[in-house]
Amino acid sequence: MDYLSKLENQSIYIMREAFNKFENLAMLWSIGKDSTVLLWLARKAFLGHVPFPLVHVDTSYKIASMIEYRDRLVAEWGLDLVVGKNEPVLKSKVTFPEGKATRVECCGTLKKDGLKQVLDEHKFTGVIVGVRRDEEPTRAKERYFSPRDKNMEWNVVDQPPELWDQFKTDFEPGTHIRIHPLLHWTELNIWEYIERENMPVIPLYFANEKGERYRSLGCAPCTFPIKSSARNVSEIIAELRNSNTSERSGRAQDKESEDAFEKLRRDGYM
Amino acid sequence: MTQSSSTEQLKIVIVGHVDHGKSTFVGRLFYDTGSLPDGKYEQLKTVAERRGVPFEWANLMDALQSERDQNITIDTAQIWFRTPKRQYVIIDAPGHKEFLKNMVTGAASAEAALLLIDANEGVQEQSRRHGYLLNMLGIRQIAVLVNKMDLQGYSEERFNAIETEYREFLKGLGIEAKCFLPLAAKSGDNIATPSANMPWWKGKTILQALDDFQVSDQPDHQPLRFPIQDVYRFDDRRILAGRVESGTLRVGDRLLFSPSNKVSTVKSIERWSAPTRDEATAGESIGVTLTEQIFVERGAIAALETSPPYALTRIKARLFWLSRSPFAKGKRYKIKLATQEMECEIESIDRLIDSSSLATITREDQGAYVGRNEVAELVLRTKRPVAFDLQSEIVATGRFVIVDGFEVSGGGIIAPDNYPRRTADSLQKSDNIYWSQGKVTPTQRNLRNGHLGRVVWLTGLSGSGKSTIATDLERELFNLGKHAYVLDGDNVRHGLCRDLGFSPQDRQENIRRVGEVAKLLADAGFIAITAFISPYRADRDLVRSIVPAGQFIEVFVSAPIEVCEQRDPKGLYAKARANEIKEFTGISAPYEAPVQPEITLTTDSMSVQESVAKVIEYLQLQDAELTVTI
Repeated sequence: MDYLSKLENQSIYIMREAFNKFENLAMLWSIGKDSTVLLWLARKAFLGHVPFPLVHVDTSYKIASMIEYRDRLVAEWGLDLVVGKNEPVLKSKVTFPEGKATRVECCGTLKKDGLKQVLDEHKFTGVIVGVRRDEEPTRAKERYFSPRDKNMEWNVVDQPPELWDQFKTDFEPGTHIRIHPLLHWTELNIWEYIERENMPVIPLYFANEKGERYRSLGCAPCTFPIKSSARNVSEIIAELRNSNTSERSGRAQDKESEDAFEKLRRDGYM
Repeated sequence: MTQSSSTEQLKIVIVGHVDHGKSTFVGRLFYDTGSLPDGKYEQLKTVAERRGVPFEWANLMDALQSERDQNITIDTAQIWFRTPKRQYVIIDAPGHKEFLKNMVTGAASAEAALLLIDANEGVQEQSRRHGYLLNMLGIRQIAVLVNKMDLQGYSEERFNAIETEYREFLKGLGIEAKCFLPLAAKSGDNIATPSANMPWWKGKTILQALDDFQVSDQPDHQPLRFPIQDVYRFDDRRILAGRVESGTLRVGDRLLFSPSNKVSTVKSIERWSAPTRDEATAGESIGVTLTEQIFVERGAIAALETSPPYALTRIKARLFWLSRSPFAKGKRYKIKLATQEMECEIESIDRLIDSSSLATITREDQGAYVGRNEVAELVLRTKRPVAFDLQSEIVATGRFVIVDGFEVSGGGIIAPDNYPRRTADSLQKSDNIYWSQGKVTPTQRNLRNGHLGRVVWLTGLSGSGKSTIATDLERELFNLGKHAYVLDGDNVRHGLCRDLGFSPQDRQENIRRVGEVAKLLADAGFIAITAFISPYRADRDLVRSIVPAGQFIEVFVSAPIEVCEQRDPKGLYAKARANEIKEFTGISAPYEAPVQPEITLTTDSMSVQESVAKVIEYLQLQDAELTVTI
């Protein structure tokens, strides 16, 4: 079995475990390449179906074409979409683009707290998230099934053991489990899989006429395109094979302080 | 870091005692192979200067602030790099005893290990413990790196002394390291290039040693094991979802499901947006449909009939315990083995082992518990039969974890023992001993049994198949862990009813007595199965009236009299036709068919197996509705 198939089969196994074990299961969908691969893998796991709702935490600062793309796939694939927005904070305008919060604070309220509100409202006990180990160092320490306490906090120094594909599926009421089926995929694997499966992906990843493309997608004020001439999937793969910069280099919130991102993730960021 | 294509990947775990230089080695390995992202080295240097601390290679892996503050690795991390030969995932495992569960987490997914030993400190507690655990975790490819050679003046004698000592230790475990290599991680000596400081070393560099490791093959050629993960009802079809853990599954294969012993045939292999193939090999997550519908749940393990797993309630194992609260005798735990989950407890602890010294632990309350970070050889007893294999034969179904409350707390591998192999109709009686219990209420009894007590009343003509179905049903239920007992028509006439003849009155009394006995058995929690012609509706209704509602299941075993007469297993029809038997039902006495039986089995068209399956399906659905199934 080739390596991509190994990854694919393992991710399907994990998603099926999650579906069996969690009554109130949801999947985060950020419209980006990773969670769209995740969505594709869900359809593989459930033979064309997506038997749980997708949650999109909308900060209202997303790049406009992402929302159009989202709504198109929802209609085409018949998806059950739940949109979460932290309305009180958006109303108060204590956000980075308004100049009243730092980037990290803004991620904390609009994305992390926005997520918490959706989870609380729908009482989700299992949330499938498309994070990968190679994205950044704290994610390298994640588990496939990763518990979050009542306040959504991640106790990173005391994580459950995880061995032989036996996952943490027993948990206290009030807590929830993040399920990470893509944990072991790399950025390159994602693109190779998109190519192999001939999967749709949002065109923001492809270089425009100015010679720029997004390598990682987020909110417009904090996400910057990279210089690139890669205009299709196979050119992206060729570019990545020769690249020596990190994927999130275009994500400004990671760089505010040495442990900014770690703090955000401990508090419940995805 | 340039990213490599997805051709071949090897997962390597770095283990060893705390402070023996694991994270430093990994940082340096990345630097020397040009695997660091642009600017990472400079960034780490700047951060160290800003914090006023010396630069540490380890900070590359120790991503957590608390790790950088304490200069130790707390949790396991994984990063990627490549050599010209292939891609590697490096799993950095913590060396501190406190974080053994993180070390196990990191090591469990690896295919090979590098074990570091500090040349200065020599073999330490965790050096030995990690070696022991690697072996238990099934990692057979180990290279031992003697690090910090610079602190020992690059001494060949020191290297040889450590090699001799540790080789001896590994020998005690029955393992042999692939190689021992000298190393000075901080300066990169012997990582990518031979060390100028150790001209005496004629062996390999670390990178060469890495490339000598083998990527493990999928166990395609072992017996088929297909544990059921879930049963989906999509598009009006029942689809069994699961991953082929070993062997190959093909359309047309006759599958035996353990421990229920049910059999059916693979009708199709289901995948989405993938080429259609009539087979699936080890590692593939697929869906399967069956030709004959049988009741299969998550946890069942499908195998070919010729090579089934064991299915028993007694498991001999070697286990390591990671949790703060001990693994104690007399307490109930959950065992997770493949997709099975089952209540279990310790039957006996045969030996407690200090995984560092390999010495047998002796203490006053010997055999009472397995403490944190201890290893034990023990026997587990499960509430109902569990399907398993020896770890040495099929890995995926030969190991398990133990859950205490909400926490995965220990792991074990199944050791050889004189487990009885299954034959076509073995009942494993000696290995199905159930726990005794204290006070018993009906509810407790139902919960314990996992089913209601019931009377399954088979009625039908002589030769319709009642006795055959009854005994097969009893066996199936028994194998499912249910308490079932057959009251057979001929048998009760040897004792309970030997004073009775075959007149309508005696027949009525016979049925009444059997009904009372069946009711008592149902009361005691049993599934009482009766196999009597019981031709009169009024007699059957009388029994129905004394059994609590819903617990009397009338099963009409229906076959045309011509068919029964043709079968005539006891030669009775012949005798009746010859007038040697008076008042023979169907010939010279009436048979009143049930008006609204719970189940009808048309045995002229259904096989015994199908009939039994239909009754069990009914019972299981009933139990599921009453939510007494555990």
